Amino acid sequence: MTDQNEPQHPGGQPTDPDADKNDADKHHAGKHHLPTPAEEETAAVVSLDTAGGAMEPSAVPATAQSGKIPGPPETLVRRIFTGSGMVSVLAVLLALILGGLLIALTDKQVGTTATYLLARPTDFLSAVWSAATRSYVALFQGSVFNPRGAGIAGQIAPLMETLTIATPLITAGLGVALAFRAGLFNIGAQGQIIMAGILAAWAGFALHLPLGLHLLLVLVAGIIGGAFWGGLVGYLKARTGAHEVILTIMFNYIALYLLRYLLNTPAFQRPGETNPISPVLDASAAYPQIFGSQYRLHLGFLLAIAATVFVWWLLNRSTVGFEFRAVGANPKAAQTAGINVSRSTILVMAMAGALAGLSGVAQVAGTEKVLTDGVAATYGFDAITVALLGRSTPWGTFAAGLLFGAFRAGAVQMQIQTGTPIDIVLVVQSLIVLFIAAPPLVRAVFGLNPRRKKRPTAGKTKTAATTGGAA
Amino acid sequence: MKNSLRANVKRGSLAGVASVGAAALLLTGCGPAPQAGTPTATASDYSGCIVSDSGGFDDQSFNQSSYEGLKKAEKDLGIKVNQVESKSNNDFEPNLRAMVSAGCDLTVTVGFLLGDATKKHAEANPDSHFAIIDFGFAKPIANVKPIIYDTAQAAFMAGYLAAASTKTGTVATFGGIKIPTVTIFMDGYADGVKYYNEKKGKDVKLLGWDKAKQDGSFTGDFEKQDKGKQLTQNFLDQGADVVMPVAGPVGKGAGAALKDAKAAGKDVKLIWVDSDGFLTAPDYKDIMLSSVMKQMGTAVETVVKEDKEGKFTNEPYIGTLANEGVQLAPFHDLDSAVPAEVKTELDQIKKDIVDGKLKVESAASPKA
Repeated sequence: MTDQNEPQHPGGQPTDPDADKNDADKHHAGKHHLPTPAEEETAAVVSLDTAGGAMEPSAVPATAQSGKIPGPPETLVRRIFTGSGMVSVLAVLLALILGGLLIALTDKQVGTTATYLLARPTDFLSAVWSAATRSYVALFQGSVFNPRGAGIAGQIAPLMETLTIATPLITAGLGVALAFRAGLFNIGAQGQIIMAGILAAWAGFALHLPLGLHLLLVLVAGIIGGAFWGGLVGYLKARTGAHEVILTIMFNYIALYLLRYLLNTPAFQRPGETNPISPVLDASAAYPQIFGSQYRLHLGFLLAIAATVFVWWLLNRSTVGFEFRAVGANPKAAQTAGINVSRSTILVMAMAGALAGLSGVAQVAGTEKVLTDGVAATYGFDAITVALLGRSTPWGTFAAGLLFGAFRAGAVQMQIQTGTPIDIVLVVQSLIVLFIAAPPLVRAVFGLNPRRKKRPTAGKTKTAATTGGAA
Repeated sequence: MKNSLRANVKRGSLAGVASVGAAALLLTGCGPAPQAGTPTATASDYSGCIVSDSGGFDDQSFNQSSYEGLKKAEKDLGIKVNQVESKSNNDFEPNLRAMVSAGCDLTVTVGFLLGDATKKHAEANPDSHFAIIDFGFAKPIANVKPIIYDTAQAAFMAGYLAAASTKTGTVATFGGIKIPTVTIFMDGYADGVKYYNEKKGKDVKLLGWDKAKQDGSFTGDFEKQDKGKQLTQNFLDQGADVVMPVAGPVGKGAGAALKDAKAAGKDVKLIWVDSDGFLTAPDYKDIMLSSVMKQMGTAVETVVKEDKEGKFTNEPYIGTLANEGVQLAPFHDLDSAVPAEVKTELDQIKKDIVDGKLKVESAASPKA
C-alpha cells in the first residue's frame, strides 16, 4: 500500500526528498512541547498544544504528529529522541564546563594552591584554568590535530585515530538509531557485535582463502551474525510479544558467555596456548588500511559512511523505511493502514543487527585482528548514547560517533600529557548523555525554559528556537 | 505557577550547594603561600612506563601490583614514571605508541591480552625495552622481557596446608575465569592436596577443580563478588571448610560466605591469592589461613633496576619459590592453628621444590 502512498504525499510527507530538512523543522516544532519539566504527565496533551495559541500550528507532517497522540510505547521514545540541535550543543558545552571543573578538582596543582587560597588566590585560579585548558588542549591534540607531529602526516595522525575509533561507534549507533526510529529500544548492539565478531573472526583465522574473497566472506559472516542475533529478537517480539528490551539485554549475556565458552575451546585458541585469545586473522581477511600502515584507519570507516548513507536513504527515501517510521510513530495506526507490523519489526531488528555486525567486523578485521572476550569493549552500550546524541538521525549519529571517537582517542593524550585519569573523560561523556536525556535541565541552566511565564514567554521561546537553529 | 515554584526551589538548592562548597574552600584555603621558585625534586632521566589492560590500575590484581612496583621504583630509584590505563583492547596500540613516543626506556605491559600489541611495538622500536607481565612469547623477542610465575609451586604448599588443616576432610577452590594464570593456582593446590593424601594415607577431597580434566568451578569474571559468595556457600554445604578463591576481588565474596559460616559456629578458613590477604583484605583476618603470593611489584622493580643499570636481557623472569617470586604468606593470626609438625613439613616441601626433588607441574607452568 505504501507504494501507492508515496506519490500521494507531497510537501511535508516523510517520503519527500527534503525529508531531512523536515526532520529539522520537526525538532524545532517539537520544542514547544518537549522541554517542560511537567511533561511527564502532560506530554500527550501538550503535544498538540501550540503554547496557548501564541505559536503557529506546527508544520509537522501528520504521521509524525500521530506519534504524539497518547499511546504507551512510543511517547517515551519520541520524547527522548526529538530534542533540538541546540540542546545537543549546549549539553556538550555544559558537560565540558563541568568536566573542566572536575579535571581541576582532581588536579594536584589545584589542590596545592587551594591550601593557600586566601593568601594568593590568583595561584588557585590560574591553576584551575591551566588544569582545565591543558586537559582540553591535550584532548584536542590527541583527537584532531597535533601541531608537534612529524610533518603533516604526524600532525593529522590523531584525526585518523579518531576516525578509527569512531567506526564501530557509528555503525553500532546506526543500528540502535534505526531501531529507535521504528519504536524499538535496541539495547542489544553489544550482543550483536559479539556474534558478528565470533563469526567474522572464525572465518578470518580458520579459513584460508584468496585475497578479496576472504575479506568478503569475513564481512558477510559478520553481517549475518549480527543480523541473525538482531533478527531473532525481532522474530520473538513479533511472534510472542516479548519485550525487546528484555530480549536484547538477555541476548547480550548469551552472546558474551557463548564467546567466553568458545574462547576456552581449542578451536578458538592459538595452537599450543590456552589463553582465551584467538589466532591472528589472516592478512587476507583484514580490512585494508586506507592511508597506509602508519595509521590504523581501515576500510571499515568507508563502510561506516556507506552505512550512514544507506540508513539515510532507507529512512527517508524507501518504502521499507517509511513503514519502519510509521510503525515507530504508531504501530496500531500502521497496522490499520495495512502495514505488516510483524514483518517490519523483524526486518528492522535484523537490519539493526547487521549494522552492529559491521562494528564487530571492524573490530576483528580492522583494529584488533584477534578475537578476545573484550572484542565489543563497551561499543554496544556506547552506541545507545551515540544514537541518542545523534537524535536517531543517520547523520546525527554519524557526527555523534565522531565526537565520541574523538573523546576516546583524545583520552589517551589527556592521560599521558596531563595525568588526567581516563575516568574523568568518561565522566564528561556521561555528563553529555545526562544533559541530552534531560533537555529541560539544559534549558533550565541556560534559562531557555519556555513555560516559566505563560504569556510573554511564547515570544521568547521563538527567539530561542531561532538562535538554536542558527547554532 | 507550579513550574516557577519548582525552578525557585532548584535554584535555592543549587545556591546552597555552591555556598557550602565555597565555605569548604575558604576553610581549607587559609595556609600560607609558598615562596616563589621552589625547586622540584630532581629525577633521573630514566623513565619507566606502564600500560594496563582493561582492568585498570585499581583492579586489586596484577595491574595494581605491577603499577605499585613501578611506583616503588620511582621512589627508590628516582626514575620518572609514566602510566596509561586501557579501557578497551582497542586502546592497547595507541597507548603503547604514546608510551614509546614519550621516550620510555622500559614499558611494562600487563597481561596476555597485550601480547600482540607489545610484540608489534617491540619489533618496530628495537631500541626501546619492554616487559610483559604474566605472558611469555613462544618465540622470544630481543627487547621484551617476560615476567612470569611458576605459581603452582606456592599453591602446592597451600594445597598441602589446606589438606593438613581441614577438619571435615574436604577443601575447595574456584577460579574467576579459566585462563592459565588462574588454573596454575588450582593445579598446584590440587597437587598439594594429593601429595598430602599420599604421604599421610588420608583421603582429603578437593572440590572445584579436577586437574586431570582441567575443569572446575569458575565465577565467570573477576568482578561479581556475590557469585563467589554463592559458590563458596555451595562448597560449605558440601562439607568444605578451607577455600581458596583464585578470582581477585571475587575472593571477597568467598570471604563473606566463610565469615557467615564462622559466625554460625563453623571452623572455616580462607586462603587468599596474589598478595598477602592478611594485609590487603583485612576484613577476613580472623579466617585468613595463608596466601599464595605472586610478588609482581618486586619483579617489576627488579627489572626496572636491571634495565636502568644497563643489564637488560630478554631472558624471562620466572617467579619461583627459589627466588621468592612466589611465596606462601605467613599465617599471622592463625599461626597457632597450624601445628608445628605441619610447619616443618611445609618447610621441607619448600626445600624439596627449590632443590628440584619435588616436581610441581601444571599445564599452565611457564616453560623456561
